[in-house]
Amino acid sequence: MTEAALETRGLSKSFGALSVANGIDFRLEKGARHALIGPNGAGKTSFVNLVTGVLRPSGGTIHLDGADITDLAQSARVKCGLARTFQINALFRRLCVLENVTLAIAEREGVAGVLLRPAGCYRAIIEEAYDLLETLGLADHALQPVNALAYGRQRLVEIAVALGLAPKVLLLDEPAAGIPSGESGIVVSVIERLPADIAMLIIEHDMDLVFRLATTITVLVQGSVLVEGPPEAIAGDRRVREVYLGERAR
Amino acid sequence: MASDPRSAAIDAFARRHRYHRLEAVPWLIAVALYFALPGYLPLGAQIFATILFVLSADLVLGYAGIVTLGQAAFFGTGAYAAGILAANGWGEPLSGLLFASAMAAVVGFLSGLIILRTSGLALLMQTLVVATTLYEAANKASFLTGGDDGLQGMEVWPIFGLFRFDMFGRVAYVYCLVVLFLGWLVARQLVHSPFGRSLTGARENTGRMHAIGAPVAFRRLIVYTISAALAGASGALIAQTTSFVGLTSLSLERSGNALIMLIIGGVGRLYGAFIGVPLFMVAQDRFSEVDPVYWYFWLGLLMVVVVVFARGGVLGLFERFWR
Repeated sequence: MTEAALETRGLSKSFGALSVANGIDFRLEKGARHALIGPNGAGKTSFVNLVTGVLRPSGGTIHLDGADITDLAQSARVKCGLARTFQINALFRRLCVLENVTLAIAEREGVAGVLLRPAGCYRAIIEEAYDLLETLGLADHALQPVNALAYGRQRLVEIAVALGLAPKVLLLDEPAAGIPSGESGIVVSVIERLPADIAMLIIEHDMDLVFRLATTITVLVQGSVLVEGPPEAIAGDRRVREVYLGERAR
Repeated sequence: MASDPRSAAIDAFARRHRYHRLEAVPWLIAVALYFALPGYLPLGAQIFATILFVLSADLVLGYAGIVTLGQAAFFGTGAYAAGILAANGWGEPLSGLLFASAMAAVVGFLSGLIILRTSGLALLMQTLVVATTLYEAANKASFLTGGDDGLQGMEVWPIFGLFRFDMFGRVAYVYCLVVLFLGWLVARQLVHSPFGRSLTGARENTGRMHAIGAPVAFRRLIVYTISAALAGASGALIAQTTSFVGLTSLSLERSGNALIMLIIGGVGRLYGAFIGVPLFMVAQDRFSEVDPVYWYFWLGLLMVVVVVFARGGVLGLFERFWR
């Protein structure tokens, strides 16, 4: 069996009596396009927070490319190639778009702790950041502060910052959240064009987006995996309809 | 080459960190004032030392986003370190300055190690606790510090054995100006370095900074220590040029005044201190002359006006009219 890009074994977390993860066994294969869905409060974002190290699990282990990262700090996990985006934009709002990405690349390249050289000397990093913005169609906005951009574009910057880390595993927490449904197409097309070797886990509410992007879907309900399979199987699954899709159809 | 939008944008971004012509203005003014106002040199020296102090506060508050009411802890540590050295037989000013700065850095590092784990209001209170604790310690240790009476008997030797601190304040003026210049160079270089940019990132969004793998706590501790060293140097300058250290050097009032001066000038702009300090000290001087009883009220009113009408201070106003 080859190593998964990301794997959790028996991952659990509870806040007192409230359990947000009950022994989740999960595999994200290399280069996967995998979606994690579930009704509100199913524990999707908690799962992301556990995997990225924002929360400490109560039990179970997390493996990145076979290596146990359960005890690593958040920043150390990023260095191992694990990046995420946020459901609600978490950007450096008063800094320009280019600098948002530059900060991530400088961190990845290990020069962000340099004290006495001006940041402008690291031209290769700035060029890389600009080229990344160009592939996402953000180059025209490079020098604008993030808070001057429309929300939909800010969602793309959110992805750009994560890509600046050159991740092996990318966790996208509701990438289309807050965008009018007519405009979510730009986010979808950006995600579709991302390098195929990045293993991607998409947490999403928008079913159109999930069915367009994902080749595997895991359904999470009350902190446990209900079912996992290809989109057609999930769409046809009676239990999923009951807890999730059925809920929407009503 | 520069005509294509890619290089144009990259050039424009990289250029932001270069030195600008306008940045020479404060130094030219300072040199000109030496000749123009020979009667005010002692006040000038005080202003330079205070600018260095407020600049140190801008590093932690404006760039690292650490709200502090305890910056006087480092100022006072520096002042007492330089003062006690000079009162006990070692009056060489430059080594005294370095020693004072190092002592303040040690206090900054050790206290930062503990208090920077918290944030927001809890952090604010703990910075206050550090300064208050040192204040009381200095008050109790009167055998060393002179306690409530202040430290007496400082004897500061001439700089390089050549330039004696004169009663007209000429040497003090130049000494404080040079040290301020060096301190500014450190701060200027720091805020425009990748380290400084990452601090600004952490101020804008700490959570995201963690998520891109930055050791945020460690970097905050580093800048807190550097800021403490600058504040300590400022304290040493005041001690050496006035040959006196009082308990007020550790007081809450000193920390608070630094914040007021910084806010008047403009926070997180590096030059807020250069505008806020002279404005505040000249206003203090004028108001107390015109209205000796209620002058603090006028100072307060000035503060209210700035906060209500000029968010971002004087520099913020300039930025608004520039566009």
